[in-house]
Amino acid sequence: MEVTWGTLAWQTLAAFATLAIFSFLIGDNPLYKFVERLWVGVTTGYWTMLLFWTSFWDKVWVPVMQQHQWHYLIPVALGVLMWFRLSPRRGWLSRYALAFYIGISTGVFIPLAFKTGVFLQVEGAIRPVTADMVGLNFLLALLGLICSLSYFFFSRHHTGLLGVTSRIGIITLMVGFGAGFGLTVMGRVALLVQRVIFLRDYVTNLAGKIF
Amino acid sequence: MEARPEATRWYDRLLSVDRRWIYLILAIAVLLPTVIPFSVPTGISNEVRSVYNFIEGLEPGDNLFLAIDYDPSTLAELHPMTEAILRQAFQRGARVVITSLSQFGPAMAEELIARVAQEEGKQRNIDYTFLGYKPYPGITILAMGSDFRVPFPTDYYGTPVDSIPMMQDIHNYRNVKAVISFAGGNVADMWIQYGNAKYGVPVALGVTGVMASDYYPYLQSRQIFGLIPGMKGAAEYEMLVERRGQGSRGMPYQMSTHLVILVFMVITNIAYVAQRRARRRAAGAR
Repeated sequence: MEVTWGTLAWQTLAAFATLAIFSFLIGDNPLYKFVERLWVGVTTGYWTMLLFWTSFWDKVWVPVMQQHQWHYLIPVALGVLMWFRLSPRRGWLSRYALAFYIGISTGVFIPLAFKTGVFLQVEGAIRPVTADMVGLNFLLALLGLICSLSYFFFSRHHTGLLGVTSRIGIITLMVGFGAGFGLTVMGRVALLVQRVIFLRDYVTNLAGKIF
Repeated sequence: MEARPEATRWYDRLLSVDRRWIYLILAIAVLLPTVIPFSVPTGISNEVRSVYNFIEGLEPGDNLFLAIDYDPSTLAELHPMTEAILRQAFQRGARVVITSLSQFGPAMAEELIARVAQEEGKQRNIDYTFLGYKPYPGITILAMGSDFRVPFPTDYYGTPVDSIPMMQDIHNYRNVKAVISFAGGNVADMWIQYGNAKYGVPVALGVTGVMASDYYPYLQSRQIFGLIPGMKGAAEYEMLVERRGQGSRGMPYQMSTHLVILVFMVITNIAYVAQRRARRRAAGAR
């Protein structure tokens, strides 16, 4: 695809910003500070306008002012009450809005959190074992799970059988943390790689356009 | 003979090396595949293949929901897999409903969707609908369970959803075959909790490498039917769809960088053990 001078100009800005951010590795400097503040400013401006159009405009202005759906004024009033947090004397008014918010959150989210995080997880850990590699893998995971749980059983000293299982448990946990660390490294490297590929493509495009 | 001062011992020097040397060596390792290109063989994992098989099983006219729930900070890892799956869904003739529940994501998502749709010859509002962004993803996901029109009366471009041709028979999760969420944060949990557990819609996830290990238990418990972890997952998916993209291009860089990090870890651990032994010996001598 042909790269235009306009695209190249934007890419130049992006390349400058990338290098300025990376310059922090050598030490704090004005270029880094400038780009950091530029980023904060741009994202704040973008998010503010996005929230205005997707929240205030869509959920307040259009329903109330244009469609005359007056019941929308109830959540609007609750939202306004939240702002009383800023007043030392009238701050207590915000508790009504918070009470609604916490009540709804508790009622809706806690049962679902239990279902997904506890009940379905227990169900997933207890099921028939098949006589193949999948079954063996499942059995190992189950063993690791029981041993890991035993590590957090503090009502007895970790000696004898409990000592053995808790030892296997801590090894299982370490394997888990190791996998997490490896994947984290992969994630961080991916960010770096994407920037390197971008810079390489930018230099190629620039050279292609000039020469 | 006088003992050498602690600071001049090899392990002390190794453990107190200026970190900028490490950055420099890593930079060289990252640049290596640019100078000497090489390819890395990639094995396909079951959790990635199950997502591929699911999309391959879609019939023309089936509806798929894609949630592009990340922003430019995780673009490097999640864009390649999103592009591969969106392209595959279009090629299967599926109709795609798309949202973007990360606040900095909509413009980025829109650029990707428009580009892939143009390349695949697909039309907005006929073959796909981009609903855009609404704040509070948990509440938005719950509201979409009754009707997509509740949180999204209009699409990203301001078109009323009721007037969009492909949305005439699409109202909620019952009308889509599955939700595939590409998440750079805890929106993935919300899809599992509210999308799958409450409304029963099958969910698959594409997540960043950092998040991946947290979501494998959901695979085991079958709360999600597939998981694409980070750039490696994207590279696997690109192999399956036989179209090389950013994921595959990034794997040689991952390989060289990981090798360097592994070497660093081994050297540092040897130095650490040597230092600990020396200190124990010194403590015993006193």
